[in-house]
Amino acid sequence: MAQHLKSSSKSILLNILRHNIGFSSPSHASRHLRHNLPHGPLTTRLSPNPITRYCNTMVDTLSSIGSHEDTNSQVMDFPGGKVAFTPEIHFISESNEERVPCYRVLDDNGQQLTNSQFVPVSKEIAVKMYSDMVTLQMMDNIFYEAQRQGRLSFYATAFGEEAINIASAAALSPDDVIFPQYREPGVLLWRGFTLQEFANQCFGNKSDYGKGRQMPVHYGSNKLNYFTVSATIATQLPNAVGAAYSLKMDGKDACAVTFFGDGGSSEGDFHAALNFAAVMEAPVLFICRNNGWAISTPTSDQFRSDGVVVKGRAYGIRSIRVDGNDALAMYSAVHEAREMAIRERRPILIEALTYRVGHHSTSDDSTRYRSADEIEWWNKARNPLSRFRTWVESNGWWSDEAESDLRSKIKKEMLEAIRVAEKTEKPNLNHMFSDVYDVPPLNLREQELLVRQAIKSHPQDYPSDVPL
Amino acid sequence: MWGILRRSAVDGGGFSASSLRRTRFSLVSARSYAAGSKEMTVRDALNSAIDEEMSADPKVFVMGEEVGQYQGAYKITKGLLEKYGPERVYDTPITEAGFTGIGVGAAYAGLKPVVEFMTFNFSMQAIDHIINSAAKSNYMSAGQINVPIVFRGPNGAAAGVGAQHSQCYAAWYASVPGLKVLAPYSAEDARGLLKAAIRDPDPVVFLENELLYGESFPISEEALDSSFCLPIGKAKIEREGKDVTITTFSKMVGFALKAAEKLAEEGISAEVINLRSIRPLDRATINASVRKTSRLVTVEEGFPQHGVCAEICASVVEESFSYLDAPVERIAGADVPMPYAANLERLALPQVEDIVRAAKRACYRSK
Repeated sequence: MAQHLKSSSKSILLNILRHNIGFSSPSHASRHLRHNLPHGPLTTRLSPNPITRYCNTMVDTLSSIGSHEDTNSQVMDFPGGKVAFTPEIHFISESNEERVPCYRVLDDNGQQLTNSQFVPVSKEIAVKMYSDMVTLQMMDNIFYEAQRQGRLSFYATAFGEEAINIASAAALSPDDVIFPQYREPGVLLWRGFTLQEFANQCFGNKSDYGKGRQMPVHYGSNKLNYFTVSATIATQLPNAVGAAYSLKMDGKDACAVTFFGDGGSSEGDFHAALNFAAVMEAPVLFICRNNGWAISTPTSDQFRSDGVVVKGRAYGIRSIRVDGNDALAMYSAVHEAREMAIRERRPILIEALTYRVGHHSTSDDSTRYRSADEIEWWNKARNPLSRFRTWVESNGWWSDEAESDLRSKIKKEMLEAIRVAEKTEKPNLNHMFSDVYDVPPLNLREQELLVRQAIKSHPQDYPSDVPL
Repeated sequence: MWGILRRSAVDGGGFSASSLRRTRFSLVSARSYAAGSKEMTVRDALNSAIDEEMSADPKVFVMGEEVGQYQGAYKITKGLLEKYGPERVYDTPITEAGFTGIGVGAAYAGLKPVVEFMTFNFSMQAIDHIINSAAKSNYMSAGQINVPIVFRGPNGAAAGVGAQHSQCYAAWYASVPGLKVLAPYSAEDARGLLKAAIRDPDPVVFLENELLYGESFPISEEALDSSFCLPIGKAKIEREGKDVTITTFSKMVGFALKAAEKLAEEGISAEVINLRSIRPLDRATINASVRKTSRLVTVEEGFPQHGVCAEICASVVEESFSYLDAPVERIAGADVPMPYAANLERLALPQVEDIVRAAKRACYRSK
């Protein structure tokens, strides 16, 4: 995109400035040529009246179309760039004739398609991916049952979306910061969050990193670069753009990655985040889990566009539609997207098509608004685990024995994790008042004293299982 | 010299002879009164505060509509774009929800954004991010995510801008745990509190006032120093008195000081407290003052129901009930959306006369 560097002397100057300022992206350099002039021998005064703040590279591209040779080309300069005129009254259709095709590598039975392009995966990674998908599914099963038994207050499963969870995590680096919605615990699992740590958060005990402050499945881990789940829908999208901007300013080899559902794409924050990310040139991946349902709202009631992938172009964002139940396709798409995002400093939109096999949460019974047959079909015929397993086994990397070993190991670990988590003490009373601010202010310290005095005077009125 | 000091006392710079006794309540030392010849507008005070903090810490950056090339809708960020470049002085598209969310995200990742709202009325489009993404994050994440962000901009009534540009949001934001809410009055307040806000690791809502931007106040050498900082959570006694306590913040401080002058002519000595910090509220200073004077008049520009004054009344009744010699007087804006017509607008806002009458009522000098 360096068409606007017209003379070699200008590029020499740019190189000098780049060394002084420390920017390496050409799309930035000319903007900074005007504004970020360092104090010192190169300039003695502030930049002259800047008319255009940005070298709009799109302007340059269009200007080369209706070029000086063709004087009859009917082109005019509007704010934002040159546009060609047309004498025909033509409305752009509300949708393309064909829907955007969906990238996949494996067919429905897990056989690799003959002309498929994908990023190769080593045995180690493939086995870890498959094992983690199984672990995620079993963890969800057992926690869901625990809620049904009354041992947990709430849970939300990721059934059907295991490939999206694990494969995307596998394609990222540990330095990439994750801004989840709430159906992506697999990313944490991949990065090393243990079953015990998941259980601790769900039971809200004193080992919970969240200090018992949030509902189950609202995980977070500073160490693993996974921002604590916030239940408000799509608010994490602009947050991710801000974090990406910060990573860019720091020159880190990392991007921000944010997940959201088909429903989340209706929020105002979706629009603001995508628009902004494109303007700011922020290295962020927007991964949409289009699973067909937003609680009971099907996608036909959510939007009238061809899914979410076509919205990327409206903001000037490169986009791809992927088969979200194909682990290899997800891995490749995220891998490539990450490269582009960081190297070219741009946002990328990935729409992963999938199906929400489970209910929205334990507070929902989805058979009320969709047929049990439909759910069963997706669970059996389009299961991401069995598809990927076929491929892994075809490479000789997995077996029935490995499967049953893994499953019994996880079951044991899970039951132990729940047993321990349930027995562990709840967080201490002082955690009711800590972390509201960086340093507890006087009024909160006073409140805590008052509560403690009240408990001392009337112990029978207070729960006995809250440690003081 | 006297002339300057007297004028500044009327304007509310708080430089009167009795102010020397107040030094224990503020960081401004006695020697600054002798110098007292430097003046600064609130606009310049804010601009210099942001400039110095940006210079000291490369993680600080400014974002908002028109903050860069336009030099700021109210020129508060004048000159910053030229000095720090477009990556640190960021002109945003028109989406308060967007740029607030993005600022919070940048703060999550370690930067220190100073987000400008053209007026706090527009912050309503972003209030979800301020409350749910910024204020509550440290608590919900158990200390793993802190949000060192400052939201600033003009708050409250200007002149002739109508209902959607005149609301005071102090009470709304100050009701949320996790936020700190500041409201400067003088140039010194503006400098010291904004610097403190930018350095603070918690999210801070910084409520300025458009009509105060152009007003000049005396400023001490100490306040001009780049390391100057005022403590958050401490009110300032602008004028000492012994008969009635008047608490208020922002533009109303000037009105209260004028009212105190008028009351002094009638033999009533009013103590004027500039709250400076709405959350945390300096209940100690307020109550100590009421215990001294036994009477309270609390003033604010915003709507009366659930206002800052209501909280102060509750605090004083809870803690200093037996010291009160008269019912608490509460002066607030009229309980209507702000009308546009100048005569109606004047009637909808507290005026000096309202404060004077309320103080006299509290002193049982009139009905």
